[in-house]
Amino acid sequence: MNQEDRLRYWKKNLRYLLVLLSIWFISSFVLGIFFVDYLDGVKKTTDGVIEDPDSIFHGFRLGGFKLGFWIAQQGAIYVFLIIIAVYVWLMNKLDKEFNIEEKEISTSDH
Amino acid sequence: MDVQIWTYIIVGFTFAIYIGIAIWSRAGSTKEFYVAGGGVSPLANGLATAADWMSAASFLGMAGIISFSGRDGSVYLMGWTGGYVLLALLLAPYLRKFGKFTVPDFVGDRYYSQTARVIAVVCALFISFTYVAGQMRGVGIVFSRFLQVDITWGVIIGMAIVFMYAVLGGMKGITYTQVAQYCVLIFAFSVPAIYISIMLTGNPIPQLGFGGELIDEPGVSLLDKLDGLSTELGFNQYTTGSKGTMDTFFITMALMVGTAGLPHVIVRFFTVPKVSDARKSGLYALLFIAILYTMAPAVSAFARTNLLATIPNSEYEKSPEWFKKWESAGLIAWQDKNGDGVIQYTKGSAFEGKPEYKTGENDDFVRGKNGEILLANKATEGENELYIDKDIMVLANPEIAGLPNWVIALVAAGGLAAALSTAAGLLLVISTSVAHDLIKKSINPNITEKGELYAARLAAVGAVLVAGYFGINPPDYVAAVVALAFGLAAASFFPILILGIFSKRVNKEGAIAGMLIGLVTTLGYIIYFKFMNVELNKPENWLFGISPEGFGTVGMILNFVVTITISKSTPEPPQEVQNMVEEIRYPGEAKA
Repeated sequence: MNQEDRLRYWKKNLRYLLVLLSIWFISSFVLGIFFVDYLDGVKKTTDGVIEDPDSIFHGFRLGGFKLGFWIAQQGAIYVFLIIIAVYVWLMNKLDKEFNIEEKEISTSDH
Repeated sequence: MDVQIWTYIIVGFTFAIYIGIAIWSRAGSTKEFYVAGGGVSPLANGLATAADWMSAASFLGMAGIISFSGRDGSVYLMGWTGGYVLLALLLAPYLRKFGKFTVPDFVGDRYYSQTARVIAVVCALFISFTYVAGQMRGVGIVFSRFLQVDITWGVIIGMAIVFMYAVLGGMKGITYTQVAQYCVLIFAFSVPAIYISIMLTGNPIPQLGFGGELIDEPGVSLLDKLDGLSTELGFNQYTTGSKGTMDTFFITMALMVGTAGLPHVIVRFFTVPKVSDARKSGLYALLFIAILYTMAPAVSAFARTNLLATIPNSEYEKSPEWFKKWESAGLIAWQDKNGDGVIQYTKGSAFEGKPEYKTGENDDFVRGKNGEILLANKATEGENELYIDKDIMVLANPEIAGLPNWVIALVAAGGLAAALSTAAGLLLVISTSVAHDLIKKSINPNITEKGELYAARLAAVGAVLVAGYFGINPPDYVAAVVALAFGLAAASFFPILILGIFSKRVNKEGAIAGMLIGLVTTLGYIIYFKFMNVELNKPENWLFGISPEGFGTVGMILNFVVTITISKSTPEPPQEVQNMVEEIRYPGEAKA
C-alpha cells in the first residue's frame, strides 16, 4: 500500500469511529442519563420527582415503558450492539477495498 | 425430589463437563497456555469472553441491586455493556495486530520502558487479585446455601475445579470451559426469567414481558403496577431515579472505561487468529452478554413486584416457606417494632447494621411470640420492620414465584458457572503476569520455553491458593474493592492504551507520569472515602459531587491530560516504536 492509500484508509477509519462513538455517547449518556427524566415525562424538584406536563413525552409509552426508562435499561444496550455490528461490516468492507484483509497471521514468537 | 438432590445432580453434571474439558485440552506450549495458541474461533471467543466477563456479581448481584434501586440501577446495565463498544472499536483489533500475550507486553513495548511494564504488571495483578477474591467467596456462598456445606469446603471444592483446568490447560482449557459455562449460566438465568414472565404477563420473552400488562389485572402494565405498589408503601417510584445526574454520568463512564481496561477481558482478544476476528468476537461477546443484561432488569422488576405484592402487611405466621428459610440464613430479618405480628415494609432501614441474632443457651435462635427469630440489633426510629439482603433476589426468585425444585437447583449451577469462569480468567492473568511479564521479560530473559511454562503453572497454583485464602477469610472490604478494580482499570490502563494506538507522539515519560497520576488520585480518593473515613462518604463531602465509584473517570481524564502534556515537552519516541504504531493500524500488512 502506498503512503497516500495508507492515509486515506486511516482517515476513513477515524471518520467511522467519530460517527459511531458519537452515537454511543448520545444513546447512553445524553438520552439514558442527561435527558432521561424529560423522556420519562417527569422532572426532579427539591421535593422529589414529579410529573412534568411540559415534556412532550409526558404520558408517552413505548409498549408499557416510559421512554427514558426503556432507553436506560434496554434501548442503549441494543444500540451498542448495532454500533459494533455496523463497525465490523464497515471495516471488513474497507479492508477489502484497500486489499489489506489478512489471510493468516500468527502471534510473533518471542 | 427435593432441591438438594437436584442441586447435587445438576452441579455434579456441570462439574464433570468442566473436568472433562480440562483433561481434553492440556496446554503444551507457552503460546497455548497464554493465548490458546491464537487459534480460537470468533464465536467461541465471544462465548468465552461473555462467561469470563459475567461474574457472580452479574449473575447473582446485579438483578438484586436493580430490584432495590429501580431506574438508578441503569448505571450497571449501561456501564457494563457500553465498554464493549470501546473495546471492539478502539482496542481489540489493534492489540490483536500487535500480537503479543498480555497488556503489560503492549505497554512495555509501545513505551519502550521496563518501568512502564512493571507499573502495568503491578496494576494488572492488583486489579485481578481484588476481583478474584470476590469470585471465590461467591463460589463458597452458593455451595453453603444450596448444599449445606461449610463455606470453607465450598471454596476448597471451587479451588480444586479451577485448579484442574486453569493449571493444566491454561488459556486453552479456560477458553473451552468458559464456552460450556456460558451455556450453563445463560440457561440457568433464562429459565426462571421466562417462567416468571409467563406467570406475570403471559409473554415468554422477559424483555417484552417487562413492559407488558399483568395477567391478573388486564389493562394495567407491570411497571405501572410496580410504581403504584412502591409509592403506596412509601418507596420512590420504581421507574424514576434519585441519584444525581452528574454522579450517574461519572459512575457509568468509569464502569464503561474500566470494562475496556480490564486485563482479563482484553487478553481474550489475543486468542483469535485475525484482526477481523478480534472485531467480530467483540460483537459476539456483547451479543451474548446482552442476552443476560437485557433480561436482568426484567427479572429485577418481576422479583420486586412479587415481593411487594406478597410480603408487606401480611402476618408473619402466614409468611411463605422461603421467607423463613432465608430468615434462618440471616439474609431476611424482621423486627416486630409495633408488636402487631404484621410485617411492615417501607422506606428506610429496619435496624442498624446487618442482622445479628440473639442466641440462647445452646447457641440456638431465640424466637419471638410470632415465631420470628429475635435480633440483637438496635431498632431504628422508622416504621420499616423488614431487612432483605439484595444478594438473595436472584437465588430466591424461583422460590418466591413457586417454581419447581429443578429450576432452583439450576440457578445454583448457573451462579457457580459465572463465578468459576471469571475466577479462571483472572487467575490466568495473574499467572501470565508473573511468568511472562515479570520473570521472562524483566528478571530472567534467558529462561527456556519449558521453564517459562513451568513457572506459569506454578504461578497459577500460587494464585489459586491466595484466591482461596481470601475466599475463606474475606476482608470486610470485598464490596468496596470492586469500585477500586474498575476505577484503577479506567484510570491506569485505558488512556495509555488508546493513546499508544492513536498517537505516535506519546512517549514513555508521558505514559509513566499519566499512569501514576491516574493511579494515585483514584486510589487516594477511594481509600479516603471507602477505608479511612467511611463516615464522611456522603454526597455533600464528595469533590464536585462525584462518588468514589465514579472517580475513576476523573483519574482517566487526568491521565489523558498529563500523558499528552508531558509527551509534548519531551523527546518523541524512537523511530522503530513509531513504525510499530503505524503497523498495528493496518490489518493485513506484513510485519516490518
